[in-house]
Amino acid sequence: MTLMTEPKKTATTADDFSIVKARHPGRWISAAVIVFLGLLLARSVVTNPNFGWETVGMYIRDISIVRGIGITLQLTAICMAIGIVLGVVLAVMRISANPVVRTAAFAYVNFFRGTPVLVQLLFWYNLAALYPSITFGIPGVDLDANRIITPMTAAILGLGLNQAAYMSEIVRAGILSVENGQSEAAGALGINRLQTMRRIILPQAMRVIIPPTGNETIGMLKTTALVSVISVPELLYSAQIIYARNFETIPLLMVASIWYIVVTSILSVGQYYLERHYAKGGQRSLPATPWQQLKRFVRVHDPLTLKGAKK
Amino acid sequence: MSATMMEASAAAKTLEPMIKADAIRKDYGRLQVLKGIDLQVERGEVVCLIGPSGSGKSTLLRCINHLETIEGGRMWVDGSVMGYDLKGTKLHEQSHSKVCRSRIEIGMVFQHFNLFPHMTVLENLIESPRLVLKEKRSTATARALELLDSVGLADKAKAYPRQLSGGQQQRVAIARALCMRPKVMLFDEPTSALDPELVGEVLKVMKDLAATGMTMVVVTHEMNFARDVADRVVFMADGHVVEQGPAKDVIGNPQHERTRAFLASVR
Repeated sequence: MTLMTEPKKTATTADDFSIVKARHPGRWISAAVIVFLGLLLARSVVTNPNFGWETVGMYIRDISIVRGIGITLQLTAICMAIGIVLGVVLAVMRISANPVVRTAAFAYVNFFRGTPVLVQLLFWYNLAALYPSITFGIPGVDLDANRIITPMTAAILGLGLNQAAYMSEIVRAGILSVENGQSEAAGALGINRLQTMRRIILPQAMRVIIPPTGNETIGMLKTTALVSVISVPELLYSAQIIYARNFETIPLLMVASIWYIVVTSILSVGQYYLERHYAKGGQRSLPATPWQQLKRFVRVHDPLTLKGAKK
Repeated sequence: MSATMMEASAAAKTLEPMIKADAIRKDYGRLQVLKGIDLQVERGEVVCLIGPSGSGKSTLLRCINHLETIEGGRMWVDGSVMGYDLKGTKLHEQSHSKVCRSRIEIGMVFQHFNLFPHMTVLENLIESPRLVLKEKRSTATARALELLDSVGLADKAKAYPRQLSGGQQQRVAIARALCMRPKVMLFDEPTSALDPELVGEVLKVMKDLAATGMTMVVVTHEMNFARDVADRVVFMADGHVVEQGPAKDVIGNPQHERTRAFLASVR
């Protein structure tokens, strides 16, 4: 029997234990399947000649396409502005103490939500058939409907008034989300109803109003494509005019789609920062923006010690 | 106590009471909450309203500044009827903006503070002086900072309400009400939503305010505060004033069975 001079060390202190991470093979498999399918899709998109990437490249910055984007953006901005302003008015009307005012707002919302916006657009476009001259019932006013209702005004009226109906519901939800104690506190301080709405209630309602409004704006950007039916030369219609001439239908639809995605992506970023702005006071401290997160990551991760090195 | 708080409290000029409730009745649907309340609050007096929950004390307080409409009676504040124009025997309901003007004289502090969460502490304080009294920003700010100092929160001017403790928020709420230079201050259970260790700081501010001669009506469950600070304690139950008198009598030696039962239950 030999004498053991150095007995085999056994793990006894807490430092001797270490954690082995679980492998999660399922996650690896699902990731691999998705990446594989993605690659297949990408290969098909790149190699299928019917996409006509050369044509896409040729028209992506075509002057009439760029003008189309301009009109699309213009329409989106104007219609959303009408929608938001009128939406706030309708929302305040909906919670009015006056039953006639409340009912009128409800009827408006019900009418515009209850009919397809495409039908509304066609109605506005053909308004002259309904009212050849517009007088507003005021003597001396006699406007020729055919002159006033251009495709663009028909589009603005159709999309803007329709949007107002949806916005009013969003704004109303926002107003109702603000605690009653807020208007009581304002009232007790002698602040009148209008000022309370403007300074106390609406700024707080914004936190609830902004996210769906961002969605609506992005939705509106795409809905403007509908006005191609009344020949407003926005993005889609501009693409249609070109492919009617050269029969490169798919490449030009790709051009339009690419631009829609680019613009909606930019709008999403804007929405993120707007939401952050109105979260003020809602949380004790705001979460970092992706850019701030990146800066912090770079700051705390010295590249040389990246390999999981312990300090 | 700072000069600002002194100045915030109204000097007793006339002899008529600051508040005079005259047979106030209030219903919520078929439920009668106030069944003919008579109450008088003299200038510079501190009155505590106590009583079991549902007794109508908060409702009565909210009737004083017309946050609640009433079904009957008259609420006189500083010599005029609150919320109505008295013409002969007819009480004509006032427009909301006219009610708002009368409320300038009446500060109110709520159980849940009701600070404006989207504004900093300073913005909370200067909002109504700017909007209602049309004060210049610099004037309102200077005064707001003085008042914040007097409630011990000079360093919190730039903070948002959500970043403050409940006790701090309530002190801000008191300073916000004082910014309007009210003649009377109403407190609706100002310490009921606070953690026990934060109650003291709010009561101290209220005690300091009372010492400046401010007329105060306080709905509270803090019997020690009522005993120490109140000139008069009013015990309410079931929409009636059951008993009232100097704090030491009502709390120390209650005459009515209801009062005795209530005081035994809160001790």
